[in-house]
This record gives sequence, structure tokens and C-alpha cells, in this order.
Amino acid sequence: MTLFVLTVLNGLTLAGLYFLVASGFSLVFGLMRNINLAHGSLYLLGGYIGYSTFRTTGSWELGVAVGALSMAVAGAVLQYCIFRFMEGQALRQTLVTIAISIIAADLMLWYWGATAYQFTTPDWVRGATPIPFLQLAYPTYRLFVLLSAVVVGIALWLFLNKTRIGIMIRAGVDDKDMLDASGVNVQVLFCVTFAVGAALAGLAGVLGGSYLSLAPGEDMRFLLASLIVVIVGGMGSIVGAAVGAVLIGLTEQFGLAYAPSYAPVYTFLILVFVLAFRPQGIMGRPVET
Amino acid sequence: MKRLFTKVATAGALALAVGVGPAQADEPIRIGVLATLEGVFAGPGQDGVRGFEMAIDEFGGQVAGRDIRVYRASSDASPDSALRAARRLVESDNVDILIGPLSGAEGIAVKNYAHEQPQVTFLNGSSAAQQTTLENPAENFYRFSTEGVQWQAGLGTYVIEEKGYERVAILAEDYAFPYAQIKGFMTEFCAAGGTVAEKMFVPLETRDYSSVIARMPRDIDAIYVVMGGSDILNFLEQYQQMGGQAPLIGGSISVDQTILSAEGPTRDYLIGTPTSGPIADDWEDERWRAFQDRYREMFPDGLPSPGLFAHAYYVNTLAALTALEEVGGDLSDGHAAFREALNNLELETPTGVISVDHNRQAVADIFITEVASDGEGGLYNRVVGIREGVNQTLGFPEEEFLANGFAERDNPPVEDCQ
Repeated sequence: MTLFVLTVLNGLTLAGLYFLVASGFSLVFGLMRNINLAHGSLYLLGGYIGYSTFRTTGSWELGVAVGALSMAVAGAVLQYCIFRFMEGQALRQTLVTIAISIIAADLMLWYWGATAYQFTTPDWVRGATPIPFLQLAYPTYRLFVLLSAVVVGIALWLFLNKTRIGIMIRAGVDDKDMLDASGVNVQVLFCVTFAVGAALAGLAGVLGGSYLSLAPGEDMRFLLASLIVVIVGGMGSIVGAAVGAVLIGLTEQFGLAYAPSYAPVYTFLILVFVLAFRPQGIMGRPVET
Repeated sequence: MKRLFTKVATAGALALAVGVGPAQADEPIRIGVLATLEGVFAGPGQDGVRGFEMAIDEFGGQVAGRDIRVYRASSDASPDSALRAARRLVESDNVDILIGPLSGAEGIAVKNYAHEQPQVTFLNGSSAAQQTTLENPAENFYRFSTEGVQWQAGLGTYVIEEKGYERVAILAEDYAFPYAQIKGFMTEFCAAGGTVAEKMFVPLETRDYSSVIARMPRDIDAIYVVMGGSDILNFLEQYQQMGGQAPLIGGSISVDQTILSAEGPTRDYLIGTPTSGPIADDWEDERWRAFQDRYREMFPDGLPSPGLFAHAYYVNTLAALTALEEVGGDLSDGHAAFREALNNLELETPTGVISVDHNRQAVADIFITEVASDGEGGLYNRVVGIREGVNQTLGFPEEEFLANGFAERDNPPVEDCQ
């Protein structure tokens, strides 16, 4: 029983982190049809920059803020300087983002080296929180990550459904040309969307780096994780990202707890089934041709 | 028919003239180095290359009057990536000698590849799976570094007698090197009366260990952890967050310098962790001290003390260069003289004299160590014992040692030790 409850909690808290990374990925794809394969690099770079800030100032909270904001800027710059020129060219975008991720990985290896870094989290999230009705305590920090994911999820929903920019983004998802024709500066909208997506990756980088270490290779791990989450959940849907993240998080943890040898297989089994029976993803809409 | 024959003959003659002909004495010797510079073992890979560079530098970039031309390739710790990199070095860069790879399963893949490329001499990097040199060994694959089973010689006895850990749980990454380490550890530990509660394997590059930690048995004195790179750091951080308190026994790369010098709050938990392996940071020996000093001088940004990976790459490269020097750079006749020299080499290394056995596997001294604090925030491995001249079968006759098969996932079985 204890193992079961712990595994559920582990799965949900891991899902929280996956959701943070994948929602940004999905948001960008939903509006721009841009598969950003450098999303993992934004995760790791945000984490590293957050770490350097934390080392210099000693403030973890500041590290979180700087990690997210710096990636927001990086995202806007990427969109303005690079992706603006290859709108609608899926293959070219894919190749360019792969190139960016490889270059970024080497530059990060050069600057931060290959050692693994870990943050010292502040006291208010360290330690363990007792779980009511059960004789066990659970790491506060993991619960905090889950809570952050829920807050970000709600904020994203409000942003997309209740604000003017959000309404424009949703309109852009449905019909970009019509939106352009009705006088909205689509380029600014793209930059904002990309910045928000990248900021989420940077935020996840710092939050994730605080209990999983930051090291070369993490970029690819999280890119793969967000790809799987988004494919399972449905490309471009925030709710889909949440559903996908919970499904993948729980699968991974139950696999590790009950049959660790085959843990990596289950995730891909889900992927195979989704692609076979519902290729657009659980919450996704069929692609118009 | 005749025309075809002429074509084939011409092609053959050309091939002989261009590719297969004996290397000229004034041509540079081509050495390839293969290490994991990506992924979970990127840190260890970087250190391995440092060891390689130290050996090349010691010879001034020349051996027997011939220049050394170095080719580099990277893998990501998976056997297929290592194979790809080795193929590139051998088939497109045409190296004479290949040094590498870094990780266990990679070593087995490269050894199998060595069978296909008899004209190249392979020397191991730091890979330490048992089968690499014990199962179907390749005539042209040498390992002057010791392997996973050897590295744990003496550890099992030490933890029972000195630390009083009689019941342990084993947590390891799921590939060839940890299997070897567990074999080495359990051979002595179980013989000395220890028991193993459970053996748990996790996939390499698992990032979230919380569910594994939740499953950890409670009635144990210590956890024997065979993980490396960022995996062990993630495990440690999460183990402490979940309130874990059992002391650790380390596999050889679990508390290597690449781990001890990582940044983060978790390291102090490691103080007092016993392990054993081919090096010991504070060994009071002139040769080791000189090696340490030279490492620090050459790599101010490197680790505080050369790691196990730097040492293994250094020793293997040193063996290749020393043997080359001995035969005057002669690589003719399919490296015959060179390999003869390698077989008979009594190699002076920073950790004592190393020679190879009939399977071209090193016989060397093993250090038993415990993690200690240097009082200034740094950690190092303090020597608490030395096992001299450990061979691949831990002193048992080969047949007896292999009676139960090679080190595998389920071998030795937990049931034999409960």
C-alpha cells in the first residue's frame, strides 16, 4: 500500500515537471506549427543560467526567475532572428533547430564543463511533508514542483482563454492568415508565444535541476520526454500536455517500482499504441490537409 | 573473363600499394582515441582524454622518432555508438592503434569489432566488463587497466570486518560493468558470511529514483551502489530528500573523483563510504604523487586529483607507446613485433608494475579506500588497504572461477547469498 501511494505521488510529481517542459513545446507548436527540437537546450541553458545566478547571489528564488526570464529573451530572439525567415517550412525548421541544439550543447559543455551541478534548495522546500492518514512523509520539494505545475497550468489556461493576447493566439491557431488580415501583428504574437514557451522550459530547467542534476545530456533527455508527452497528449493542446505528462509520469514510475528492468519499454509501448490507434494524440485534433 | 581478371588484379595491386603496404618509417603513427564525450558519462570521458593526453605528452608527441597523429571520436556509452565511432577511426581515419572505449558494454562491442580488424591493435580505455577479455578474447585487444571484478577485490571482506555491514541491498545500473562489479563484490562478501537482501537494477540514465528508493528493503546495514556519472548524484539527492539514512558501499566509479568533485549539497553524505578500485587519491607513493602533480599542472581546470578514468586511459596509452618505443616504431608484419612487446611488457605505472596475462588482461594492485574530507570542503579517497597482484579470476583457477558462468544480470544469484 505504502509503495503504491508513493509510486502514485512519484508519478504525479514527475508528471508536473514533464508538463512544465512539454506545455511550452506544445504551445509553440500549436500556434506556429514549429517543431522546436532545440526545446531541450532551452531547458538545460535555463537551468545552467539559473545555477550561475544562484551561485553568484546565493538566492535560489532569483535563480528561478533569471532562468525563466533569460530563456524568454532567448526564445524571442530565436523567433525574431531565425524562425521568422522560415515560416511554414517544416523540414528546414526541423534541421535548423537540430543544428541549434547541437551547437548549444557543445557551447554549454565548453562553458559549464561536464560536471553535474545541483542547487541547494532553500529551507522552506527542503525536508519532508507528512501525508495525512498514512504513516509516511514525502519530500516537500517534489510536492512543490507538482504545485508549480498546477499553478502554471491554470495560469496558462487563464492566459489563453481570458486575455486579449490569448484570444489572438487561439485565433492564430485556427486561422493565421485571417488573423493577419484583421490587423493583428502576427510577428509580435509569435515572439510572445515563443518567449512564453521558452520561459516555461527555462523555469523547468531550474526546478528540475534542483532535484535532478544539471549535466550535459539532460537537454536531449527532456526533449525526448516532451516529444513523447506531446505526441501522446496531442500536439498543440495544453490539456493534452497535462494528460500526456500524467500518463507518462505514472507509467515511468510504476515501471521503475514494479518491474524496473523493463521500465523504458512501457513508455514507448504507450507511444506505439497511441500512434497506432489515435495518431493525433489523446486530446489532439486531426491535422487538416 | 580475362578483362574481369585484369580488373580485379589491378584493384588488388592498387589496394596493396595504397592501403595495406607497410607504413613508411617517416610516416606518422596514427592513434585513435575513443571516449564518451556525450551523455551520462561525459565527465568521465573528459577525464579519460586527459589521461590519454598525459601519456602522449610524456613522449613529447613522438615515439621512436615518428610523429604521433591523434584522431578523436566520441560515443555516448551505448555499444552501438562506440562501434560507430570505432568504425570511423579504423575505416575512415585508418588508425594503426585504437585506444578506448570508456564504458563496459562498449568494451565488449569494440572487442568483437577487433576480431574483424586484425590489422589494427586495440588497447582498452577504461571499460571494465568482465567478458571483454575473458569470453572469446581478441588476439589484438589489450587491456592494461584492470576490470570491474578485479576492482572489488578485498571490498567484501573489508566491509564485514571493519565496517560491520553484514546485510546489504544492491542497487546498480543495468549493463555489463555493474554485473562485473557485483560479481567481484559478492564473491568475497558472501564467502565471508554476508547476505544480500535484494538486487535492484535500474536503466542507465534513470533520472527519477524515488520509486526505487520507496522499494528499498528496510532491514539492511548498507546499500551497495554501483552507479556512475550524474546517475549517482541524482540518486543521492533524492535518497536524502526521502529521508534515507543507510550508509553506502560504493562501486569503483560511484565515489570516483568525478563524483566527489561535483557541485552540490549531497556530497557530505558520502564521507566514510568504502570502495575499492585501481587508484587511491592519497596514496603516499612517489610515482603516484608525481603523476598527480603532473596532472594538476597540465590541467588546472581538471579534477582535484586524477580520476579512475584518467588513470585507465593513461596506463593503456602508456603501454602502447612504451611497447612502440621498444620495437623502434616497427608496425610491419601485422604489428607482430609490437604485440610481442605488449605481451611481455612489465609496465611501470603510477600505481605499480602492470603486466598482462594470457588473455591480454592486466594483473595489478587494487586499493581499498574510504571517502574522507580534506577539511577544506574537498573529498578524497583515503587508502585503507592494498591487495597486490589481483588477476582476473581473483586468484581462483580459471575453471573454478567460471564454473557458474560469466558475470551477468542474475549471476551470481541472490539466493546463493541469503
